[in-house]
Amino acid sequence: MALINPKKKEVQVKIVYYGPGRGGKTTNLEYINKKFKKRIQNEMVTVKTYGDRTLFFDFLPFDIGEIKGHSIKVQLYTVPGQVKYNATRRLVLRGVDGLVFVADSMDLRREMNIRSLQNLKENLETFNKSIFNIPLVLQYNKRDLEEEGIPILSIDTLQKDLNSRLKAPSFAASAVKGDNVAATMKKIIALTVGSLRKKLE
Amino acid sequence: MDFTIEFDKQQIESIENILQEELIDLGVQSIILMDLAGNVIVNLENGETSHDVYSLAALAAGNYGAVSAMANIIGEQEFSLLFHKGEEESIHFSKVVEDLLLLTIFNKNVSLGFLRLKVAEAIKRIQVLI
Repeated sequence: MALINPKKKEVQVKIVYYGPGRGGKTTNLEYINKKFKKRIQNEMVTVKTYGDRTLFFDFLPFDIGEIKGHSIKVQLYTVPGQVKYNATRRLVLRGVDGLVFVADSMDLRREMNIRSLQNLKENLETFNKSIFNIPLVLQYNKRDLEEEGIPILSIDTLQKDLNSRLKAPSFAASAVKGDNVAATMKKIIALTVGSLRKKLE
Repeated sequence: MDFTIEFDKQQIESIENILQEELIDLGVQSIILMDLAGNVIVNLENGETSHDVYSLAALAAGNYGAVSAMANIIGEQEFSLLFHKGEEESIHFSKVVEDLLLLTIFNKNVSLGFLRLKVAEAIKRIQVLI
């Protein structure tokens, strides 16, 4: 539900990072905030609960320049990943234009990824949106854990589990190290903003 | 991609005029007309403050959604007064139409009662335009 302001010639686009708890959604935004500090005018907002877990959402507004004479403001959000916060997750999804699904590569988290993706699909349906029609990028996070000897799922397994029907662009990433964090973000911005171009002509 | 309620330039200007006349001239610090996705549609300030309106709108949309969900749980359609009082500044929320919210930030020089009256008048005038 992008918003075009014809007076200010400004477009606001909402991109939401979704995925299971402790998967690295907030870490993605923190890395982006640090890396692109010069282009981010406002502070990152986070609503956290005891123990540093996301309670409601994180929010990072981001100017990406102009398209067809309109300045584009991208608003990055995360949802709380914990299962019990589904009501707030749904609130954050309201008016979403593009999605990044951050999957946890740890072996132990296989089931959680699948459940979270299913939950995303159901929550989108409550807004009459289909996961198959919305701009979506998958990120297989925590690839760095392999170096520490922690068992992780192969990219093949993750693709089969999560992306066999969606066929969305995907990235192997490490949010902690910053590997492919920017690439994930650039891809989702390109997909989301791409669908805007026609509208701005 | 679907879009929120669309506004043309003239509508935005008319809304700005209403908000200026009804609220900024009354002494309100800052007004944000926003949608429930957290997008800022119109923002007016009296020149004395400069808040981070995009973050405010994102949080206000979440807050409004959470409060509405609480209302539903206890069997209410919605709460008619949504207001956060600070020592210096306060925030008042008001629904304009489905999906649109008016956020008013004001200080202790403005009384809540009078503000609510003026907000209601402004909303009535805006509803005609949408």
